[in-house]
Amino acid sequence: MPKLTPKDLDVLRAKSVVIKTTISVGLSSCGIAAGAEAAFAALGEEVKARGLDISVRRVGCAGMCSMEPLVEVAVPGQPTVMYGNVTADDARKIIAEHLVGGKIVKALQVQTVNELAVCAFGDNSKPAPAGGPKQYRIVMRNCGVIDPESFDEYVARDGYQAVKFALTDGSSDAIIEQLRISGLRGRGGAGFPTHMKWDLTRKAVGEERFIICNADEGDPGAYMDRSVLEGDPHAVLEGMILGGFTIGAKLGIFYIRAEYPLAIERVEKAIKQARANGLLGQNILGSTFSFDCEIRLGAGAFVCGEETALIASVEGKRGTPRPRPPFPSVKGLWDQPTMINNVETLANIAQIINRGGAWFAAIGIGKSTGTKVFAVTGKVKYSGLVEIPMGTTLREIVMDIGGGAAEGNVKAVQTGGPSGGMIPANLLDTPVTYEHLQQLGSIMGSGGMIVMDDRDSVVDLARFYLEFCVDESCGKCAPCRIGGTQMQRVLEKIAEGKGDDTDVAALRRIAQAMQKASLCALGQTAPNPVLSAMKYFPKEFESRLKKSTPAAAV
Amino acid sequence: MIKLQINGMAVEVAPGTSVYEAAKKVSVKIPVLCKHPDLDHTAACGICVVRNKQNGRMLRACSTPADNGMDLSTEDPEIVQTRRSVLELMLSKHPNECLTCHRNQNCELQTLAADFNIHREVLDNITPEIPVDESTKAVTLDARKCISCGRCIQVCQENQNVWALSFVDRGIKTRIAAAGDIPLAESPCVRCGQCSAHCPTGAIVEYDESEATWELLRNPDLYCVVQIAPAVRVAIGEAFGFPAGTNLTGKTYAALRRMGFKAVFDTNFGADLTIIEEGTEFIQRFAHGKGELPLITSCCPAWVDFMEKYHTDMMPHFSTCKSPHEMVGALAKTYYAEKNKIDPKKIRVISIMPCTAKKFEIQRSEDMSSSGTQDVDISLTTRELARMIKQSGIDYQTIPESQPDHVLGAYTGAGTIFGATGGVMEAALRTAVHLITGEKLAKVEFEQTRGLQGVKEAKLMVAGQEVRIAVAHGLGNVETVIKKIREAKAKGEPLPYHFVEVMACPGGCVGGGGQPYGVTDELRLKRAKGLYSEDTAGIWRNSHDNPYIQELYRDFLDKPLSEKSHHLLHTHYKSRPTYQR
Repeated sequence: MPKLTPKDLDVLRAKSVVIKTTISVGLSSCGIAAGAEAAFAALGEEVKARGLDISVRRVGCAGMCSMEPLVEVAVPGQPTVMYGNVTADDARKIIAEHLVGGKIVKALQVQTVNELAVCAFGDNSKPAPAGGPKQYRIVMRNCGVIDPESFDEYVARDGYQAVKFALTDGSSDAIIEQLRISGLRGRGGAGFPTHMKWDLTRKAVGEERFIICNADEGDPGAYMDRSVLEGDPHAVLEGMILGGFTIGAKLGIFYIRAEYPLAIERVEKAIKQARANGLLGQNILGSTFSFDCEIRLGAGAFVCGEETALIASVEGKRGTPRPRPPFPSVKGLWDQPTMINNVETLANIAQIINRGGAWFAAIGIGKSTGTKVFAVTGKVKYSGLVEIPMGTTLREIVMDIGGGAAEGNVKAVQTGGPSGGMIPANLLDTPVTYEHLQQLGSIMGSGGMIVMDDRDSVVDLARFYLEFCVDESCGKCAPCRIGGTQMQRVLEKIAEGKGDDTDVAALRRIAQAMQKASLCALGQTAPNPVLSAMKYFPKEFESRLKKSTPAAAV
Repeated sequence: MIKLQINGMAVEVAPGTSVYEAAKKVSVKIPVLCKHPDLDHTAACGICVVRNKQNGRMLRACSTPADNGMDLSTEDPEIVQTRRSVLELMLSKHPNECLTCHRNQNCELQTLAADFNIHREVLDNITPEIPVDESTKAVTLDARKCISCGRCIQVCQENQNVWALSFVDRGIKTRIAAAGDIPLAESPCVRCGQCSAHCPTGAIVEYDESEATWELLRNPDLYCVVQIAPAVRVAIGEAFGFPAGTNLTGKTYAALRRMGFKAVFDTNFGADLTIIEEGTEFIQRFAHGKGELPLITSCCPAWVDFMEKYHTDMMPHFSTCKSPHEMVGALAKTYYAEKNKIDPKKIRVISIMPCTAKKFEIQRSEDMSSSGTQDVDISLTTRELARMIKQSGIDYQTIPESQPDHVLGAYTGAGTIFGATGGVMEAALRTAVHLITGEKLAKVEFEQTRGLQGVKEAKLMVAGQEVRIAVAHGLGNVETVIKKIREAKAKGEPLPYHFVEVMACPGGCVGGGGQPYGVTDELRLKRAKGLYSEDTAGIWRNSHDNPYIQELYRDFLDKPLSEKSHHLLHTHYKSRPTYQR
């Protein structure tokens, strides 16, 4: 395949897409797990058997996870129709009745009365007018829209335009300036200003520099990064190339957990396609910039999402954190300046360069700009992936998009995964920003959002999260290693109705030591779910102390 | 220079200085468990937290570099409470068997628990049952007592380059073990004992053989003799409140006699003998071209073990000399027995060594039984001896000095300095130069070999010929030297060295794995100074001047490298697998 020049890229982008009837099937892990491959095969066979001129294609996850497998039918000149929970038999029925017979299969059609469905499809590239859909897709703009394994489809959606800009008219200064204006902050959870990280790494002294994509997503119930890698791998790769160009790296590493085989496969394909087209390798787009990417697999240790532990893992050592400073930007992989960005952060970069930092900064509120993807799960009516502008309230996410509790009432929402906290229903009007969530004793985190209803016990949920952190503690530092286990023991005692006030005091004392003296964020934040549960649901804790049954309400 | 405030006091330090070190400058002692002055910080314990007053956050003093404008507080109620809580957590996963622990009254964790007024266990004790690993018969690893500070692993991997120890499992189950969770004896462990020297608790200690020694001493049918290594005399006093480096040779002899040893020898005699044999070996190779150069010293058993596992291509370069205490052991059961008409079968030789590897060395091959039975029966560390003296009701402070027994007790200053890095080289040069030139040395000191620099290199002119030497201590420093030798050999270039001394432990035997706890460079230098002072003060400073050595050759061995010497004083080497299965 010939290496592309900047001009070739534009030609490819402008190549008219043949308008014909298409059937798109969501074939990401979630869809496949729900049986989408059977539907996909049935559709293909049926189209072939009937000799129809219809393209049956694979797309990524549209975010409407509770309705997988999803099949979208687009007939030129007609509104697209979305079918949910499609089996192989349903697929054949759709071909027969809708595509041959011209009649929509109403029983299978996804009702677009809820926000999740409305936002998952259709044009989300612009903020909705007041009263319109709550979602706004920047990171997920191609997910469920393009074939993630097609280089051409990505290019047709402005793909690699930002790289072209950087290598022709741009400079690392210009990129950092746009990132600065955009206000983009790390989407892994900590919210460090991205332009500062890029600038620090760029200016650090070293023999060489590295950029690492952190795809070690590990929060229970969170799968934003996986869906982006599966649904739009080139967008993340483009972010990597831009990062590599900006800091002067020659090598980028995708650190992906091994439990994400499809994401690995799609990133691998994207890397190969980019190499074949001259977007990776020597002299990218004919410029003097050379850069390539590799994949390293993580063995699934939660702590390896922590930057320094991730680096240790890439170096082949035990995945344990080391103290910072020195920060990886100064001394990272192989002791060289290393920039580690989360998948979602990287997926934003090309859009910011293409549309300008000011465009991005106008979305969101205060110091939290742009959008954030959340995996809304738990006792919610419609679970799935949601991308909302920063500043959207928890109520809008849980009630309007998620449809509220599937049964009963929403009791609390856990954000930030095991490092976050439980936010009670009376605080659902809190806008989602880094600052607001922190004030409530939770964190933004990477995007897990678990909804509890009034039958759930916060004590039990706190135990679940603590158990997760205890299991995932690397064991390096004493406060986290022993503190987590001891907290767990005390909490179990309380849950069994055997605890008293001294146990509550012990919990607080251990929690304080863990927060103050743990080496990395895992240990520092592990007590958060317990502390927030104690803060917002004190009566429920007390009721456990009195050996009564779990309280239903506060 | 970096300027900061600690507890309101202005401090100025060089860039790169940690907050922990900076605090020392204003007499602020921050408690810490995982940081050891020899090692890079591991930041594992969490005890050394201090507060950054500007943002209220806590940070680790050990691993945080001092920065301009920092305003730190090292003491406030929350800091103290945090430290206490962390200690309470540690004690909840520690057996707290202090009374029956080797480190009782000499344990960093115990001291901190006392300092922080922890008078009861507030949390359930969750110490798991983990079997003790005594497989090496040199060090005892009791992972239950481990606080996972990581010092032993760091010293084993980074400083010693042995890579025997590692953490296994994770989270609350994290524990120290030989990498791969195999018995330590089947790992690459070379028994140097630096892990035990750096452990803050009783998780790794010497394999204690004091009871076995008492049994021998109490057996009226046996004739127990003892010898003390050069480095023991300048370190044992630390266990009795003497300043580091005090030379306590005479008191130690006296204590050993009271304990029931029939004869007290000195390994320094063996060191002198080593110099005659090894010096002659060097001249054979250097002046007569018989054997490979460079000649590499072999008196350190951990180094021999390391070479047999990792650097077998160096085997022809090794001196075939046994280590000094093995020579004394072999001669005690032959020469001494003959002279004093004692049945060698009744003789038991106990060595007091600064070393844990000697415990392995005494059985490392058949050559260690050259007298007909095992030449050295038990090898004790300095620490074990100190405890035995205390048990014996001996007032070590006031006990009058005693003299060694002949014919294996007299020694020269050259023998004494064996205990410090560079000492063997210096002692060997004194004799080798004399043997080559046939002249008496005007100045016996070879200062280039002294000090704590990891690798010391020097060139000297001897009878018009250049002699290139290297001294390395700490196994991690050996690589540099061996690499140079290998490269020169591969390229057919002139040898970088003719003579190389290696000691496994940093500082040489004064910093040995069996020496009293709390070793630092400061202590190593003080102990070494004690040895060099004895050398300067003595009448005999060259091994070849030792009249008892001359008598030994005249009456028994004939001449250096004689057949008898070869049988009793020399050994063979073989390749050993790094992993035993």
